[in-house]
Amino acid sequence: MQRRTTLKLAAALLTATMLGGSAYAQETIKLGAVAPKTGPLAGGAAVTHWPNIKLWVEEVNGRGGIDVGGTKMMVEVVEYDDQTNPAETIAAVTRLATQDEADFILAPYSTGLNLAAAPIFDRFGYPQITSTASTDRVAELSGQFNDLFFLLGQNSEIVGDAVEILSKLRDAGTIGNKVAMVNVADAFGIELASTAKPIFEAAGFELVYETSYPLGTPDLSPVMKAAKAADPDAFVAWSYPPDTFGLTEQAIIEQLDVGVFYTAVATAFPAFKGRFGAAAEGIMGIGGVNADSEAFQDYAKRHMDATGAAPDYWASGMMYASLQILEQAITGAGTLDRETVTQYIKDNAFETVMGTVEFDDNNNNPSYWTVGQWQGDAFRGVASTGREGVVDVKLKEGWE
Amino acid sequence: MTGTEARNLALAAVAFAVVACLPLAGSAYWLAIGVTIAMYTVLATSWALFSGPTHYISLATAAFFGVGSYTTAIGIEHLPYWTLPPIAGVLGAVLAALVGLATLRLSGVYFVIFTLGLAELVRQVIIWFQNVSGTKGLYVLTSITEAHIFWQLTGLAALVYLVGWAIWRSRLGFALRIIGDDEEVARHSGINTAGAKVLLFMVPGAVAAITGAILAPRYVYIEPATAFTPMLSFQVVIMALLGGTSRLWGPLVGVIPFTFLWEAISASFPNQTTLLLGICFLLIVYLLPKGFVGLLQAARKRVETREAWA
Repeated sequence: MQRRTTLKLAAALLTATMLGGSAYAQETIKLGAVAPKTGPLAGGAAVTHWPNIKLWVEEVNGRGGIDVGGTKMMVEVVEYDDQTNPAETIAAVTRLATQDEADFILAPYSTGLNLAAAPIFDRFGYPQITSTASTDRVAELSGQFNDLFFLLGQNSEIVGDAVEILSKLRDAGTIGNKVAMVNVADAFGIELASTAKPIFEAAGFELVYETSYPLGTPDLSPVMKAAKAADPDAFVAWSYPPDTFGLTEQAIIEQLDVGVFYTAVATAFPAFKGRFGAAAEGIMGIGGVNADSEAFQDYAKRHMDATGAAPDYWASGMMYASLQILEQAITGAGTLDRETVTQYIKDNAFETVMGTVEFDDNNNNPSYWTVGQWQGDAFRGVASTGREGVVDVKLKEGWE
Repeated sequence: MTGTEARNLALAAVAFAVVACLPLAGSAYWLAIGVTIAMYTVLATSWALFSGPTHYISLATAAFFGVGSYTTAIGIEHLPYWTLPPIAGVLGAVLAALVGLATLRLSGVYFVIFTLGLAELVRQVIIWFQNVSGTKGLYVLTSITEAHIFWQLTGLAALVYLVGWAIWRSRLGFALRIIGDDEEVARHSGINTAGAKVLLFMVPGAVAAITGAILAPRYVYIEPATAFTPMLSFQVVIMALLGGTSRLWGPLVGVIPFTFLWEAISASFPNQTTLLLGICFLLIVYLLPKGFVGLLQAARKRVETREAWA
């Protein structure tokens, strides 16, 4: 009996010491992650968002954690599914900030969900480094939400650079003046098309065919047949993943004879190359990377090893870069104090897999890839706002 | 007004005053849950005002809610904010009247399908308009905080309860109870059944639109896919049914436990959230067809029977 009491006492003492010890020194950094696991955007998040978090956390913990003022701290992630519903994003970010008491919260996925969460990030002073939000009101938003950062780039530049590539080819006499332009009748597609039309007209292009189709249109052959009948020199589609695949398929069937074939979102997916093989050669789209840079090649390999899939050539790298920026900022600031870390992000430049990133006065990343093209096995950047490694554009030559 | 009614009214006023103090407690977490509860209380109670007595299941909540969100999103550029929720209410009521005139002669399942389609119809109209005009997602950048939204919703809830109480006492409420029991009898008694139903359908229409208008600043960025999510309509129905629609306070006793259940599932099972919520939906409909109100009434009846024998 005596011995048992002593044992109990010892155990209690031990527990107390352990509890007390952990109260003094925090050993892990708690990160919150909120993004769709279900709902309309779950597919996109499963390609771009979640795999990068998994990869980065494995790597960081593999090298012993993040260096915070000389101490290595392991990273622990609390994940929530927002069901692609802004109300759930708000609820989950609030929960992370107040109940889980996360040290940092990773930016959610997509424009709408990021902006819905922005007031909560702002209120609790969390830096919000977005990699999938695209807006033309950066100055106004970063004015209201001081901790909101934009990596992905602006639509006006993405569209402007695409038109400029066409202008250059036309001025060199390699393609003619006739453009067929179509768009998916949904948020991003509408925005890109309405931005593009006046730019095309100002550049002196003739829009010989123009139409839109609803999101989820299963049969795009009428669109492609009509486009072909207009005999364009270039085909431009402000499209979403399903129709990017659908339009390309129809173009192969119709053997559309154009010098430039451009589809927007998802052209940069490895699955696009996987689906169309040699026919993808010369197709242009949003995004691009410096495929020859060691940093990207190394990242792509690690992504493949850790998640079993290759990263896409547009937002994946940006998502990973946002995590690198957070890590470097925590180490650089030497503290988990959010205000200090946010200020560090504003004041410094960061080395990422996408190259050096330095935010401007509006918390915006001014240099990013705007147009990419399938050349060989990679979707190479052919236009950017100040990135290194731009390669020359090639003409689309047939579908074999 | 009888003595009991006056006492109930005073108690309700005190309850609302207590609830309105929630933002002063200073917890952002509980305030966020409070906003969710207030929002669904307003939506489910106004839904039950119409669907309770008439037994017409309306899935149009998302349509009205979206119209309200867009009223704020478009109007905020041109008008002061405080004018927008009333405008949204009027728009919602007009839309509900139009829909009601067209569909409330339909019965049962036809009405359900039409209201489900309505949200999609309005959404497609907005997308079509965006495509034609080249506009896109709208920004609602204001200085309105969670606490402001909570107070507005609490005020709206008080209004909904007052309206519901007034309707219950009025000739309209009496007519609707008869319609719910037997529409044929109601018509033969000289009740203008279509008119009564249209009039009542305008209440949830207006309330859901006002709710959408109040919540738009919370979402900052308004786009059709999120403003018209059909999930909202289903959630409102399931919460109202969990509570029970035969009493004015019925939906409230559904909304509160359901919100906590939702929060618990979201927090504990991030990878199976939607699956578990679906199972809960099934269990509620299967095990509690009359909601908590029905459960309470059955319990009370059992006690009374026992007392009668004793």
